Amino acid sequence: MQAKKRFILLSLTFGVVVYCYFTMFHLKSEHTQSSRRSELPSFASFDELSELPTQPYRKLTIEKIPCRMETCFDFSKCGKDPKIYVYPSDGPVSASYRKVLSVIRESRYATRDPNEACLFVPAIDTLDADPLSPEHAPDVASRLTHLPYWNNGRNHLIFNLYAGTWPDYAESALGFNPGEAILARASASESFFRDEFDISLPLFHKEHPERGGVPPAATGNLFPAPRRHLLAFKGKRYVHGIGSETRNSLWHLHDGNHLILVTTCRHGKSWKDLRDERCDEDNREYDKFDYEQLLANSTFCLVARGRRLGSYRFLEALAAGCIPVLLSNGWRLPFDERIDWRRAVIWADERLLLQVPELVRSVSPERILALRQQTQFLWEQYFSSIEKIVFTTIEILLERVLEHRLSKQREALIWNASPGALGTLATYGDSRVHFPISAPILQAPTCPSSPLSPLPAPSVPLAAPPPTPGNTYTALLYVQATSPALHKLLANIASSEYCEKVVLVWDSERAAPSLKSLSRLAGDTRDPLPVLVVDATTHYPGEGVSARWQPLWAVPTAGVFSLDGDAPLLAEELDFAFRVWKHFPERIVGYPARTHFWDEAKGAWGYSSKWGDSYSMVLPGAALVHRSVLAQYAAAAPALRQAVRRTRNCEDILLNCLASHLTRRPPLKLAQRRRYKATHHKYKSSWSDPEHFVQRQSCLNTFATAWGYMPLMRSVLRLDPILFKDPVSTLRKKYRKMELVTS
Amino acid sequence: MAAESLLKTGKHSKYTSYRKILYHRFFVGLLLFIVVSLVFTVVFNTFTGSAARIDVYQAVNLDSTSFEVVKISSSALEAHPRVSNCTYWDCVDVYRCGKGGHNKITIYIYPVKDYQTENGNSISRFSKEFYMILDTIKRSKYYTPDPEEACLLVPSIDTLNQHSFSSKHVAQVLQSLPYWNHGENHLIFNMLPGSAPNYNSVVDLNTSRAIIAGAGFNTWTFRYNFDVSIPVYSAVAETIDSTQPEQKKYLIISTQLNIPHDYLEELQNIASSSNDLLLLDRCKTDKTDHSKRCEYTTGRQFDYPNVLKDGMFCLVVRSARLMQAVLMDILASQCIPVVIADSVVMPFSSHVDWNKLVLFVPEDNIKNLVKIVHSVSKERRGELYWQLRWAFDRYFASIEKITLTALEIINEKVFALAARTYEEWNMPEHLYGPVNPLFLPVTASKAAGFTAVILTYDRVDSLFALVSKLVRTPSLAKILVVWNNQKKAPPPSSEWPVTNKPLKVIRTKENKLSNRFFPYDEIETECQLTIDDDIVMLTPDELEFGFDVWREFPDRIVGFPSRLHVWDNTTNSWRYHSEWTNQISMVLTGAAFHHKIWSWYYTYKMPPEIRSWVDDNFNCEDIAMNFLVANVTRKAPIKVTPRKKFKCPECTNTEMLSADARHMSQRSACIARFAEIYGHMALQPVEFRADPLQYRETGSGIPHAYPDIGAL
Repeated sequence: MQAKKRFILLSLTFGVVVYCYFTMFHLKSEHTQSSRRSELPSFASFDELSELPTQPYRKLTIEKIPCRMETCFDFSKCGKDPKIYVYPSDGPVSASYRKVLSVIRESRYATRDPNEACLFVPAIDTLDADPLSPEHAPDVASRLTHLPYWNNGRNHLIFNLYAGTWPDYAESALGFNPGEAILARASASESFFRDEFDISLPLFHKEHPERGGVPPAATGNLFPAPRRHLLAFKGKRYVHGIGSETRNSLWHLHDGNHLILVTTCRHGKSWKDLRDERCDEDNREYDKFDYEQLLANSTFCLVARGRRLGSYRFLEALAAGCIPVLLSNGWRLPFDERIDWRRAVIWADERLLLQVPELVRSVSPERILALRQQTQFLWEQYFSSIEKIVFTTIEILLERVLEHRLSKQREALIWNASPGALGTLATYGDSRVHFPISAPILQAPTCPSSPLSPLPAPSVPLAAPPPTPGNTYTALLYVQATSPALHKLLANIASSEYCEKVVLVWDSERAAPSLKSLSRLAGDTRDPLPVLVVDATTHYPGEGVSARWQPLWAVPTAGVFSLDGDAPLLAEELDFAFRVWKHFPERIVGYPARTHFWDEAKGAWGYSSKWGDSYSMVLPGAALVHRSVLAQYAAAAPALRQAVRRTRNCEDILLNCLASHLTRRPPLKLAQRRRYKATHHKYKSSWSDPEHFVQRQSCLNTFATAWGYMPLMRSVLRLDPILFKDPVSTLRKKYRKMELVTS
Repeated sequence: MAAESLLKTGKHSKYTSYRKILYHRFFVGLLLFIVVSLVFTVVFNTFTGSAARIDVYQAVNLDSTSFEVVKISSSALEAHPRVSNCTYWDCVDVYRCGKGGHNKITIYIYPVKDYQTENGNSISRFSKEFYMILDTIKRSKYYTPDPEEACLLVPSIDTLNQHSFSSKHVAQVLQSLPYWNHGENHLIFNMLPGSAPNYNSVVDLNTSRAIIAGAGFNTWTFRYNFDVSIPVYSAVAETIDSTQPEQKKYLIISTQLNIPHDYLEELQNIASSSNDLLLLDRCKTDKTDHSKRCEYTTGRQFDYPNVLKDGMFCLVVRSARLMQAVLMDILASQCIPVVIADSVVMPFSSHVDWNKLVLFVPEDNIKNLVKIVHSVSKERRGELYWQLRWAFDRYFASIEKITLTALEIINEKVFALAARTYEEWNMPEHLYGPVNPLFLPVTASKAAGFTAVILTYDRVDSLFALVSKLVRTPSLAKILVVWNNQKKAPPPSSEWPVTNKPLKVIRTKENKLSNRFFPYDEIETECQLTIDDDIVMLTPDELEFGFDVWREFPDRIVGFPSRLHVWDNTTNSWRYHSEWTNQISMVLTGAAFHHKIWSWYYTYKMPPEIRSWVDDNFNCEDIAMNFLVANVTRKAPIKVTPRKKFKCPECTNTEMLSADARHMSQRSACIARFAEIYGHMALQPVEFRADPLQYRETGSGIPHAYPDIGAL
């Protein structure tokens, strides 16, 4: 075995030599490198880094450069609560634009006074700028300039879906000069778009619903996604002209099984004159597949540009949960200023069309699951109705105004994850922890404390909202009269473990009680519980029952226990509710449950307090609600608040509808308690009144109409303490008294 | 290989002589080959070392002491002016990209040359920072020495500082580059653009269609989705360590020396009326010392950059240029920057979310500075503060990081699938935790039903009893029996109970507990019920209700037997608790519903230490699952329906693992170990369980939806 040894020895030597050679080389290079690097001068001297301008340049020259908010928008018109003025209608408008206008007019942003308006929306139909289209409105240009507040378009918002016409479909051909007006337009391209000034819209059909909208179709989260086709497209192609190349070459990818890419040239009057040699074969394949079926059964959907950059396919794919694969070079996606489309779409490149199959094949199943969920989230949040599209446009604009005034805006994750921007108020809070988000957010550790100024600070810090969920709650009582039940409730609140403060909203002609604090039970060493009495009749005259959630300025916690003055809740029940709510801060968590049902006979929604195996409302006469949801309540659409004010009723139904609408989750009922009114009521209770029920029924229908759908959701479960009514000694149980409450 | 196998077989072979010869020949051949290749390598290297290389694929040499001198004639053609409406789609030739694989671009660096004018002056000064940029590219995974296969080309002429080169001559150099082609796919770096008096916000240079990685763009000069905005590098920032004072001394600090006059006046007004702003300037005593700053009015002296660490907020104001190097010093000092520069394009703003890092104050609004800073909530302040250093260390800390980030952004443009998510760019996991894969708030559909996955070894009787009980649950879609016994075959199909639901048996290769969480393709529903083969006491009503509860909480574990973890103060460790308590923090997967994705997570994404711990100890797979889900979702599991006795009456104690004291201590050890691996206690205790709405209600007259619930 000599040879073997020699062999090993030799290879070892060889290895050493090679190693030495390379390390020497390496060392050498390291050496020269460090020396050369240290010899070189720095790119700039300190003085060059801190050059001062030689002349004041305060104002930017604005003749030629495209508009930006800071050059073309008059922020001084927008105060604390920016409003939108819609010009009175003159002349006919298309159905779509009528919907746009009516949505704005009925929103909380609207004002009738042009002098207090921050934004102006012309009532002139600018949606379709294609003179060949039947929807095209004539002489838009002169009508715009004659608007009383036009001022070269300053602070105006103009909607446009179609620009340009055959044959070149130029993006700039609007038929009018927008001047300094903000353009909210579909099919915007990177080169024409005025960044952070214009807003990109999705292209929507004429039949797009004004409100409500189709719920997302693909809420199932199967893993891995078992759809039949990988990639699908079905649409027309143009044979010639702008934007036709991509669609004309799609047939190369079609394999009839995983990749379904079928086109037709059969459209328009004279398609037979323009046909090419593939048309017949394409048409044959085209007829084999149903578009709806393809959307539902395909993982990815191709969204290829048409004549213009945007196409209807984008929203259709989004709604169906079919992940859009974009073939539309240079398109600014809808609302891309705020919506992070990387979470929901795949960008392909028209120039690399043939790589698309490989591209979509390499997306991992986990990513597909995330993309799919995001399409559903975005569709439901921002696109499923004209109302949502318009509100999103407005929210983006108003957020710019807010940012200019207060240097804050909603975080990217509020826009791109639940609860979404339309489910939150821009002015409320500046961190995600201020909002009720179902997934608890890890809170950043506190930073080193900020300094105490050596002299008392002259500026008063503005109150920021409390973080979610917090360790305490505030009891917000609505009281119309003092009663023994109220005293009992106050005593129970005082012995609750987590109550931080009591805010008592006094809504009665009688003088409000002067109560400053609640003393604790004997043996309880805590300080007396602070009480604030707010007289609704003087603070919020005419608000009626809606006043009960108005004094949020006095609420220092995220958790608000909304209570009726005579709610018979035990201290144990208060504490248990809070402990549960901390895990579900986005929901209404409480005791009295109600349900809604569809009344076939009347063809309307019905309201019932006699629930069987499910419920859909938990009344905030004894329930915990997040402070930000109550802030949303105050900002609800005027029609909704009007209904409550008119009936002096239904505020609890509205809050439930609102919470379900914002979170798409049902409320949570706790334990067995059914009653939440003291039985021995001295005063005539409205609850015994049959009129009362009729009223609530009609409220429910008003709300469903205003939202365009019934937001309430049902649940079959209730949450009990762990050992609730279990056959163990009561001594082991934490919540003993709760078990005795049976009705 | 061949020699080795011959050796082995040779030991007992009779034909030794023949074998020896063969072996000898092989060895000699090998020896010759090695010697020859060695000599060849040495010779080749010594000769090429001295001679200039002609080889095109040689990596660019940045360290030579003398570079080739190239004289540019004054009449040479200049590159065309910058095309102001370039987009990625029309100024980048994508067909050049993709040659370096499917997820990364390739970058070529032109050879370094000493370009001179006709009178022998250098056209551009080669700076240390530019050297480092080129060096970083050269060392990066993107580098290629072959210009033909390059997606991006970097001219090796220093254009970082507008003052240190002549625009005309550099434009001539660019035009003379062999692959220039109107600047397509070229990348130009710049940090100080423009010069007096206009201070253009983009480098004054004819760059044609080249991509500019520049600092101080405004929104007009920045070509959206094409250019890359980078920071102005600050050498000072690199020297700042990450320590922080216990308490910040000042609310707002301004240390910038070149604040324009009109803004400075406004700031002085604020400083004189409020103690919240510490306004610093050059010291009058020694104007050249950059490491000192003095307060305007009092002249109090401070050390720079140390003083920045004492500030909660620090000002960065636009000056001649929009972007200031001081921003980097402030980020490194963990002082929250207040940026006052309208229309600025922040560094890497296409990917880095600056709203998580700084406060933007419009130039018109300086007078409200203090009010705005005061209105920042405590929580936001904390978030900003903790984000700063992380982002600095990750994207800005050195020229190398700045360069790599810029390249990565271009790479993500070209290869959309390589793109990292917003969370990966902006949300450090140590602050925000992992991302829940099930984030859509929905109630899962009832129609799809659930798949029961039964892990079994050999308890056939109990298995059969379970199967015949399970099939009475209306929403059960399928039963999957995971047969974990390799020694024994499962009973033949004739012996199985007759069911109206599909039933499938899967035989495993190894007897491992983790097999119950394998994401089998046969699970075709979102929801899976993981159940032990001896859990025969659950009624169909209870199972159906459990499934309905899961539908409302589809990202949680929803199940029947519950446990608790408690901190034991006497032993200073976590203890596993199975008594009747008022809290729960785990739901055992002996009978629990969960989403199939958690099985996939368990198999592929859980820390491998945990998986191997489970398989080695043959225990705690259920605890591991609870940890996994709680860690990702930060939500507690949900226990359904009242407490039950889950021990089977006929089993004796020796068979029941759970009764064993040793078992309990092992479970406690599991909790401690898993908490250690995750770095925190992921489990959280809750005090509630889910019951049917009508549970224990009598006399309402409405029939119960789930009548058979709650019997022990």
